[in-house]
Amino acid sequence: MRPEPIRTLELRGITKRFPGVLACDGINLDVPEHSVLALVGENGAGKTTLMNILMGLYQPDEGSILLNGRDVKFRSPNDAFGHGIGMVHQHFMLVPNMTVVENIALGMKETHKTFGLDLKQVRRRILEISERHELPVQPDAFVWQLSVGEQQRVELVKTLCLGARFLILDEPTSELTPQETDELIVLLKKMSDELSIIFISHKLHEVKALSDTVSILRHGRMVFRGNTADHSSSDLAALMTGHEVNLPRNECGDGCGDVLLEIRDLRVRSDRGYMALDGVSLDVRAGEILGVAGVSGNGQRELADTLNGLRRAESGTVLLGGKQLLNRSPRDVIDSGMGYIPEDRNTEGIVPSFSIKENLVLKDFAAGTFSALSFLRLGTIRRNADNLKKRFDIRCPSTDTAAGSLSGGNIQKVILARELARGPKALVAVYPTRGLDMGAEEFIHNQLLERRREGVAILLISEELEEIMNLSDRIAVIYKGRILKIIPGGEATKKGLGMLMAGVMDE
Amino acid sequence: MNRAAKVAYGGFVVAAAIFAAMFVGALVMMAIGADVFRTYWVILTEPLQDLFGVTEILVRAIPLSLVALGIAIAFRSGILNIGAEGQMLMGILAYAATAIALPGLPKFILLPLSLLAGAAGGALWGGIAGFLKARLQVNEILSTVMLNYIAAQFYTFLLRGPLMDPGELVTGTGTPQTIRLPKGAWLDRLVEGTRLHAGLVIALALAVAVFFLLWRTTVGFRMRAAGAEAKAARYAGIGVERYLIIAMLLSGAFAGLAGAVEVAGVHRRAIEGISGGYGFTGIVVALFGGLHPAGIIPASAVFGLLLLGADMTQRSANVPANMVLVLQGAIILSIVAARQFMNNPYVQDKVTRRFAKWFGKRVPTVPEAAEAACPDPADVAGPCTAGEDGQGDGKNPAEGR
Amino acid sequence: MVNFLTNILILGVPFSVALLLAGLGEMFNQRAGVFNLGCEGIMAMGAFLAFMPPYFLAGSMPAGMANLVGILVAMAAGALMGLVFALVTVTFRAPQGIAGIGLHMLGWGTAGTLFRHFVGGVTGVPGIQTLPIPFLSGIPFLGPVLFNHNPLVYLAFLLVPAAWYLLFKTPWGLKVRSVGTYPRAADTMGINVNRVRYQALALGGAMAGLAGAYLSLAQAKMFADDLVAGRGFIAVALVYFGRWHPVGILGGALLFSLAQSLQLSIQVAGIDFPYEFAVMLPYVLVIVVLALSGKSKMASPTDLGKPYNREQRV
Repeated sequence: MRPEPIRTLELRGITKRFPGVLACDGINLDVPEHSVLALVGENGAGKTTLMNILMGLYQPDEGSILLNGRDVKFRSPNDAFGHGIGMVHQHFMLVPNMTVVENIALGMKETHKTFGLDLKQVRRRILEISERHELPVQPDAFVWQLSVGEQQRVELVKTLCLGARFLILDEPTSELTPQETDELIVLLKKMSDELSIIFISHKLHEVKALSDTVSILRHGRMVFRGNTADHSSSDLAALMTGHEVNLPRNECGDGCGDVLLEIRDLRVRSDRGYMALDGVSLDVRAGEILGVAGVSGNGQRELADTLNGLRRAESGTVLLGGKQLLNRSPRDVIDSGMGYIPEDRNTEGIVPSFSIKENLVLKDFAAGTFSALSFLRLGTIRRNADNLKKRFDIRCPSTDTAAGSLSGGNIQKVILARELARGPKALVAVYPTRGLDMGAEEFIHNQLLERRREGVAILLISEELEEIMNLSDRIAVIYKGRILKIIPGGEATKKGLGMLMAGVMDE
Repeated sequence: MNRAAKVAYGGFVVAAAIFAAMFVGALVMMAIGADVFRTYWVILTEPLQDLFGVTEILVRAIPLSLVALGIAIAFRSGILNIGAEGQMLMGILAYAATAIALPGLPKFILLPLSLLAGAAGGALWGGIAGFLKARLQVNEILSTVMLNYIAAQFYTFLLRGPLMDPGELVTGTGTPQTIRLPKGAWLDRLVEGTRLHAGLVIALALAVAVFFLLWRTTVGFRMRAAGAEAKAARYAGIGVERYLIIAMLLSGAFAGLAGAVEVAGVHRRAIEGISGGYGFTGIVVALFGGLHPAGIIPASAVFGLLLLGADMTQRSANVPANMVLVLQGAIILSIVAARQFMNNPYVQDKVTRRFAKWFGKRVPTVPEAAEAACPDPADVAGPCTAGEDGQGDGKNPAEGR
Repeated sequence: MVNFLTNILILGVPFSVALLLAGLGEMFNQRAGVFNLGCEGIMAMGAFLAFMPPYFLAGSMPAGMANLVGILVAMAAGALMGLVFALVTVTFRAPQGIAGIGLHMLGWGTAGTLFRHFVGGVTGVPGIQTLPIPFLSGIPFLGPVLFNHNPLVYLAFLLVPAAWYLLFKTPWGLKVRSVGTYPRAADTMGINVNRVRYQALALGGAMAGLAGAYLSLAQAKMFADDLVAGRGFIAVALVYFGRWHPVGILGGALLFSLAQSLQLSIQVAGIDFPYEFAVMLPYVLVIVVLALSGKSKMASPTDLGKPYNREQRV
């Protein structure tokens, strides 16, 4: 029961609304057979939403999907599978406590027999696919035992097992090392002989390397279509962001002060019990931004948590201005002058249901300024909020609004306002601009640089090389819980950092 | 959604929820062949026929409001206290034991002292569940339910044993109850010839106190932050576990006080069957009152009416008083289901657009950023999400619910 | 002494059945990601409804037939209540803990109201009789402990491997496990998350109804308002204790029933121990067990308690 081959796939006038957001606004898209289309756009441009509509996960408010010129309706992913369309999602859609075979059997409805699962048939299909496309997988391993790269292979095999000849890949390289990324691109290039591919990305060098045509989305609208070969990366970047990219840079050089934040031989276990930080030592000087580069999952989260008293270390030292902070309570750390911009802004940075003004005093409500004899001073809290709202350009109808209803950029401004208004000595910023648009990113970068000038010691953890290279005085590369190397910001190259992030030390 | 539309929408949802709950109740009434309208009429109006009925409603509303205030404190702090029933019993025991042990004290000492002892008894029982939750991640719903059964047995044991009225042994009737408590531990009656007692004043004063505690003090700020998003609270330096325990201590203290006040004002001796479902009804009152003192006070009057009315249906409509449990269960289910329509911006957005379509109005174009869609914090706060934290990380299977 | 221990076992095995049936049902609920505390209320309804046919139809049809009708009615009502819970928690995405308490009160109150109206006072029914298994029941020790019970006991124990097979070896079980752990992944594989949760809740409800029927027809052979006495809540706790696995739940159910029969045997033996403290024992045991059972990440359905919303963006 092979579906008829897809010669043309067209999306016509697709519109999708979410509360407060017009995610897709009348988007038209054509995908020819046997080619690679890159779908490019900033975070929040509507790429993933559009593809989820194509997969039948979301229903469009308006618009239609045409296959070989005929109107089709996808009510569930089953309908998309039935026409040979499959998708590898950015966050892997694999159930961790089931085996690879079971995960794939979940989608292969033909193996769902009345009295049991035909796992033999599933296994045969897996082996067949993985041989043909050179994608080795271990069918009987549990998904949680697999590395990120292996999981990605499983995702590809899974999608192909379900009969996909039209493959959608949503930011497939976001959690891979540069080397793994290169391998994947070679693989996809080969697969495009037999398959049609839509490749979602905002990394333009990958787009250039892989795709035949490119479509650019901005704020839910299609703003550009063309052949990849005819346009340079910088042209595409300008189209993607809508303006010349002009992020502020750290003009290194001017004197950094004394060491303010000193980390020595930090050893910390992860949730799963292995050594996530294995003897990490770092110094951050007053007026310095120290960037920590690395593929996520190499100990960054544990480092940030431990510095802020949220995770117990096995051993080591953390000194802030000479004061020992290791394994102290979060309160002690906060009171010692540490600021923290956590990774997950919605659940760690703010209490979403609290108003903006409450979130702005989340760390200081008990201080004399905002309370007297345990009673909150509502007037001061309100004035503080109005003040910070102006200073940090937080866009909201009123500071009584629930912080959780703000856009990501404004939530991040609330967090930044709270942390910076406290006048911290040191600041730990984790992925501070992840998922934000260029405007917010620029604002946050400027704020960080300004604090640097004022003499704050800043530890910037990020996986965006651009961000790290633009802002850092020095860059430390973290790999498997160790600092591989620390290089001055001016001497870093993308290639060099990429090699180090993959654990390669050949110089 | 503009303000008027929002109010209308909210009113419609609440009306629909109440209607749904009454419909479920009606099904059960029809099953036993009762006259549905007459039964509802009896429940809702019969108690209001005379002054005595009104005071009896208030008599029931007093413990209900105290229990509900305690439950609201716990819910707001992210912990579901289903154990008010057991905490009430422990409160009664502590109150009665204190009063029996110190009969000679003057009233202005004995009354406050014994009521405080009652609160402490409840606090102890609630605190156990709080401690188990904070330190050992024991699901608080299950632990409080179990503590209810344990308290009930302990209560019976004491009333049949150490605290039993010696007179009962002499006369040989063997009713499990304590002696009549010394007058110094009684709460005065407010209206001559009725059972309405000074507990009403205590309940009203404590409602105001709870409002100030939760929304005007730093302790309340911490508790609400811990309940709304435990992770963010921890990141902001709040000792979430400690405030869970404090919340359960307070919540238990309110339930214990409710029990003590009930005995001090109405029965004046510890007897069996006093808690009489107040613990469970208190949950409904707390939810119905929006987990806010200003809502809980009127809500407890409404449910006082319902409880009294249900007692009357047995006589005048031949419907067993258990009917009130059916209504309460149905009300809980319909309230929690309705909150989805009330608070969820996604659903609101959908409903608005559906309406706009029906009435042929132009769909308002949504701005690109989310600012304009900001709901009130109170709406998003969705107090019913209390206790849902902690599963986000999937670390504690025992916390799932 | 040996006699004393044998008696505890003979008594304990049938006591475990209600917990086992309800626990297995709750396991399917929780594996699918829904925490149904209304189990207690469903059991109350099941117990009452199963009691009705033998009570009313005593003369007009054979006792066995009436019992069977009672059991089927109880299971159907249980499934229906499971679906009501699904409507509230899956479709309306209400918080499950508090909704479960609501369902409990609804079931408990309805059973009580109907009982007061139709029956009124304590009345017994002949109930389900013991069916010794020929030959096997003659084995010394094992015979009376394992093979001299009513048919529902055998059924319950056979349901343990059946539940295991259903959960781990069938397509439906695969779907249940995936929607409880990672519903979004299941959704992208074309599985209707909410439909699977509805099915699991209906099955769990039917099993809880059966557990209730067992209480009134086989264990107590009567109905009373507080017949269930927290067994529904204990069953929920057992699922944690048994790590969401049928065999673990069987172990937990036996542990509790043996504690209960031990308590009864102590009283019968005339050992001076306050009755109330003996009755407390299983409830204390639940708390101890919950406090001591380690928190395993891999075994648990990690999305337990979370409603799924396809359009909620992560």
